[in-house]
Amino acid sequence: MNLLLIVLLPFIGALLPPLAMRLGRGAAAWTAAAVPAAALLLAVEPLGAAFRGEPMTGSWSWLPQAGFDLILRMDGLAGLFILLILGIGLLIILYANYYLAKDDPRGRFYGILLLFMGSMVGIVLSDHLLQLLIFWELTSLSSFLLIGFRHRSSEARRGAKIALTVTGGGGLAMLAGFLLLGHIADSYQISVIIAAGDSIRTHALYPPTLLLILLGAFTKSAQFPFHFWLPRAMAAPTPVSAYLHSATMVKAGVFLLARLFPALSGTDLWFFVVGGTGLITLLFGAYIALFKHDIKGLLAYSTISHLGLIVLLFGIDTPLAAVAGVFHIINHATFKASLFMAAGIIDHETGTRDMRRINGLWKYMPVTGTLAMVAAAAMAGVPLLNGFMSKEMFFAETLHLTALGSAAWLLPVAATLAGILAVAYSARFIHDVFFNGEPVNLPIYPPHEAPRYMILPVAVLVGQCLVVGVFPTLTVAPFLALASADVLGGPLPAYNLAIWHGFNAPFLMSLIALVGGIAVYSLRQRLFNVSAKLFFEIDADFIFQKSIDRITGAARAITMTLENGSLQRYAALLLLSAGAAFALPVITGKAALIGELPLSAIGPVTLLGGVLIMAAALATVLWRRQRLMALIALSVVGLVAVLTFARFSAPDLALTQLAVEMATIILLLLALHFLPQQDQAESSPLRRGQDLLLSLTIGSGMGLLTWAVLTRPYTSISNYFMENSLPGGGGANVVNVILVDFRGFDTMGEITVLAIAAVGIYALLDNLCLAPGTLHGIGRRWAPERESLILTQITRFLLPMALLVSIYLFLRGHNAPGGGFIAGLTTAIALILQYMASGIAWTHRQWRQKYHKAIALGLFIATTTGIGSWLFRHPFLTSTFDHFELPLIGEFELATAMLFDLGVYFTVVGVIMLILATLGKLSERCLETREVS
Amino acid sequence: MEILASLVIAVLFSCGIYLVLRARTFQVALGLSLLSYGVNLFLFFTGRLITGAPPLAPGTAATADPLPQALVLTAIVIGFGMTAFVVALALRARGELGNDHVDGQGARR
Repeated sequence: MNLLLIVLLPFIGALLPPLAMRLGRGAAAWTAAAVPAAALLLAVEPLGAAFRGEPMTGSWSWLPQAGFDLILRMDGLAGLFILLILGIGLLIILYANYYLAKDDPRGRFYGILLLFMGSMVGIVLSDHLLQLLIFWELTSLSSFLLIGFRHRSSEARRGAKIALTVTGGGGLAMLAGFLLLGHIADSYQISVIIAAGDSIRTHALYPPTLLLILLGAFTKSAQFPFHFWLPRAMAAPTPVSAYLHSATMVKAGVFLLARLFPALSGTDLWFFVVGGTGLITLLFGAYIALFKHDIKGLLAYSTISHLGLIVLLFGIDTPLAAVAGVFHIINHATFKASLFMAAGIIDHETGTRDMRRINGLWKYMPVTGTLAMVAAAAMAGVPLLNGFMSKEMFFAETLHLTALGSAAWLLPVAATLAGILAVAYSARFIHDVFFNGEPVNLPIYPPHEAPRYMILPVAVLVGQCLVVGVFPTLTVAPFLALASADVLGGPLPAYNLAIWHGFNAPFLMSLIALVGGIAVYSLRQRLFNVSAKLFFEIDADFIFQKSIDRITGAARAITMTLENGSLQRYAALLLLSAGAAFALPVITGKAALIGELPLSAIGPVTLLGGVLIMAAALATVLWRRQRLMALIALSVVGLVAVLTFARFSAPDLALTQLAVEMATIILLLLALHFLPQQDQAESSPLRRGQDLLLSLTIGSGMGLLTWAVLTRPYTSISNYFMENSLPGGGGANVVNVILVDFRGFDTMGEITVLAIAAVGIYALLDNLCLAPGTLHGIGRRWAPERESLILTQITRFLLPMALLVSIYLFLRGHNAPGGGFIAGLTTAIALILQYMASGIAWTHRQWRQKYHKAIALGLFIATTTGIGSWLFRHPFLTSTFDHFELPLIGEFELATAMLFDLGVYFTVVGVIMLILATLGKLSERCLETREVS
Repeated sequence: MEILASLVIAVLFSCGIYLVLRARTFQVALGLSLLSYGVNLFLFFTGRLITGAPPLAPGTAATADPLPQALVLTAIVIGFGMTAFVVALALRARGELGNDHVDGQGARR
């Protein structure tokens, strides 16, 4: 339980600082600080368990369906990182309280910082690869927010973007690697994978697995050539840099190397890739660091270099080197965090980070100066400090390496060179900033010593550098032994954490590094000049930006070819791909086209209907530019469809189609009123040819498909509906029972879609004033007569009868052709007739209807009918029915499905009327505007 | 009869698609209507062509299949909604852009 709390505490705690902000700035910092403090207390017990050699584990069910549990485990390595993450995090929070400006949004800052902290804790405690990856990506995301904290600065935004792209991209590669690793080991549990090291290394998929995982680790730990995000990330506030680049973010990569060391190390591939990358990064980072004028830039490249050193130590792949790697992780975290904080103090007190301007600060801030000097000395590897000891171990390991054969001298030389450079840039950091004359044109002058509580966190860390350096066995030794044992997954090698090993080769190397470093620093001016001539700085940032531009450019080009803004093109592409998808199985012969059933005879009436519908469809196309003619031809198609339904035993469909037919034609007629009469430009002959080919191909494809369907034996699931319609649904008209009962939920969705379409049309057209196409083209006016007396009188007389018919159709719908849809359409047609005969104004005076309300009422009735069945503890839309006896009328049946059908009825009436009335009103509105003008 | 049904579907789809590919909104609306006739008839035909036996319970084995009919019934109504929406869009586009080209431009491209 403790473990889960340690992980969850920062995530929950992240909500507190923004709230505490209301109590004051200090409150935000103190609530934030309480989180790592409490988590540290909670970590005491599991840490003790780790020391006893019985690591605490816990698993909680998360996604049991996917076999994905939340598994946490705190062994020595995890415990060490927990101490670093939480301990340094606590110091950073205190430090940031004094670093942040008054108007910085502290609540947000601490909130994101705690999110980040929780993600890091999650990484180190995870005992499941995919779970680790989730936390890993969470660190990428939260560090994106931290680096971009000053989001008004374009530099910060860019830095955040680059960091996210590089580390997030690496994370994706790592995901692939983890999936492979999980596949090889047949488990995603890390403790299982570690135990299966031998079988993993001999597996055929080992090389790609290793390379993909390393890609993730190297991008996170800023290894060459992915290092460039780290200096860019210096745009973050300094406390963030101090946290991300000492104990956390960049350490996640090396943590992963350490974590998977027993499973993946011990091969030539590991040695050359990990060792080689580490070595290059070590030298490259140290070299660039020397030439940086920005304090944080110098520290950034020195961080890259030290990360390279740690990676190299794991790459050397001997037990002792791995111990040295773990040791250097601890040491680097302490001295680099304190150096970043010192740099932050200097920036804070002088207003600049440029070392050409900051000089001679010793007399202004002696305390900070002393602390920075000790920390920088640890970074350089001066004896009696922690950095010296791990560096000494590193030097010793380079000497004992046999894997390189005759080139074995290369590594000690390179190590010494890196040592020289490290001493040189450390010396530069101290000498340039605190001595070397007087400050030049500082924005804040004279600088003052920082507040006591800003220095305190630095002092705590520097004190550790010193204590570890002087009394290693009393302080760091047990932690180192514990963590190293987990990294090695076996017995520890013999090593001696003594300060003085005698005058041996490693000590000589240290000595050369010290003297050489100081010499290099004193010759720096000449070196700067030579370097400027010999090397040009490879601007990785520039390359990054260029490649991003190129990728987006290519993406845009592809998009533009497919999506050029032409609806005609889209339609053609869509149809083409649909046609191809259909044709493929036929062409490849996977499906026979024509079935085996014999053809049935054609009656003369059917033949006539078929010829008529085809002729009318063709006429619609041919007359497409004489719009009224096309419309008439279209209505012929519709009428033949009605007849088809009627002939082939579908009276419901025939009734529906007939009503819809009228509504559609009226709709299109209304639309014609506002669309240009003359079609000015026809497409080019080429385009028409293409379209003709495409439409003929797909059309004949559909024809063949129909043929293929009709010539195959028929099986249907409808028997169930036929058998259960009467006993289950209480209706003989199976089509209607399917609509309102069996598949009532579908119908519910359908009337909702209709309602949305109607409201959408209303929204599209309500405020629109269109000039009718009156004078367009030939210049004829519309006929001025508005109402025909005969039609008016007849329709007024017809209306009650039509309504009666629709009620009849509705009531009998459950047992005979009819029902809510058909009755609704009939009512709508009757109402439209009133509009057509008497005009909008009159009809509205008579009806005063709000069709929106009819739609709402319909949906309400349908929904409440459905919900009503809940009252009787039945699922949504369960229907029931019974038979009743009334005098005069006799026996009749009532079903709740009819209530639902009533909802359908009202919705359909409302929808059709709203659509047509809205369209009709368009002309009225413009009439008004014309009269006004 | 099967061949005639297939021919009808083929012609309806060809004409509908040809009109949908035109540039003028009214022609596209006509095409969509033709296409929905085609689709509805196609769905209906998959329930086979049975004469004189509407799906009323309790039916015999020769009764027409009610399921495609139920599908088509709602499809007809929804089809009206869609046509209306397309027409409304066309009108709005004409109001906003001053022409009836599907891409909102007067000249052909």
